[in-house]
Amino acid sequence: MNIPYTVEERPDTGLYNAKLGVWLFLASEVMLFGGLFSAYIFLRFGAPVGAFHEWGQELNVPLATLNTMILITSSVTMVMSWASLKLNDFKKYKLYMGVTLLCALGFLFIKYLEYTAKFDHHIYPSTNTFYAIYFTLTGLHGLHIIGGMVVLFYLWLPGSKMWESDPEQFTNRIEIVGLYWHFVDLVWIFLFPILYLL
Amino acid sequence: MSSGHDSSDIKNHIKVYLYVFGALAILTVLTVAASYLKLSDGEAILLALTIASVKGSLVAGYFMHLISERALITWILMLTAGFFFVLMLIPMLSYIDQARLG
Repeated sequence: MNIPYTVEERPDTGLYNAKLGVWLFLASEVMLFGGLFSAYIFLRFGAPVGAFHEWGQELNVPLATLNTMILITSSVTMVMSWASLKLNDFKKYKLYMGVTLLCALGFLFIKYLEYTAKFDHHIYPSTNTFYAIYFTLTGLHGLHIIGGMVVLFYLWLPGSKMWESDPEQFTNRIEIVGLYWHFVDLVWIFLFPILYLL
Repeated sequence: MSSGHDSSDIKNHIKVYLYVFGALAILTVLTVAASYLKLSDGEAILLALTIASVKGSLVAGYFMHLISERALITWILMLTAGFFFVLMLIPMLSYIDQARLG
């Protein structure tokens, strides 16, 4: 039995099922990060005036700016990989998806450098409330990057065989994994100023 | 994004993606530059979050295709935004209450 509405749109929603599912998942993700953003506000208000800004001075702004650029680039290459499939250009899809994965690896490597620099300076989540929420937010975000990379890697290599058997469904898969990836980028767009700049 | 695009549509989309990429890069530099301005805490937070919101809207609108997405998705996201707003409001209310009590 075939799973219905993997390619064609459902008449009542106007969407294929997986896309609706991913948007509902992303809505739940908004609330997951929302809870932590709310905790950030609580902790910032609870800390002595100016303390959050002062504690954050230890963070490396140039590296975080580079990471922001890397994640934005990965968002563009992600959407370009989808557009390449829409143009029936499988080779370009492979190229763009490969670059997206490289960007993700680069992001994690820079995060690793940042974390190790903090640990070398004996800065841990227990140091103060700023670093507690910093490590929680960036750690959860990093886990989302790793989770996304697993799916991207699958769709880049073994999962890409589907292009030969069902190109439309494969293109839809790339579209919805792209939605997730852009969401991860979107979360970072807000994490960057609140943790590194304010 | 609803399905059924011809290749000229997609090629136009690609141009837009590149413009959005440029805008995001410029806004990132602006965010960092703005952090060096001598502003009060409130002004700095407002400016940084405004720029972040513009960047977020560009990503959601163009890369996630929300600008041309079905109404159902928009409704789901509006409901989510409502709950998110309440979640942000709770610590604000607590802060105001504490300030009122001294």
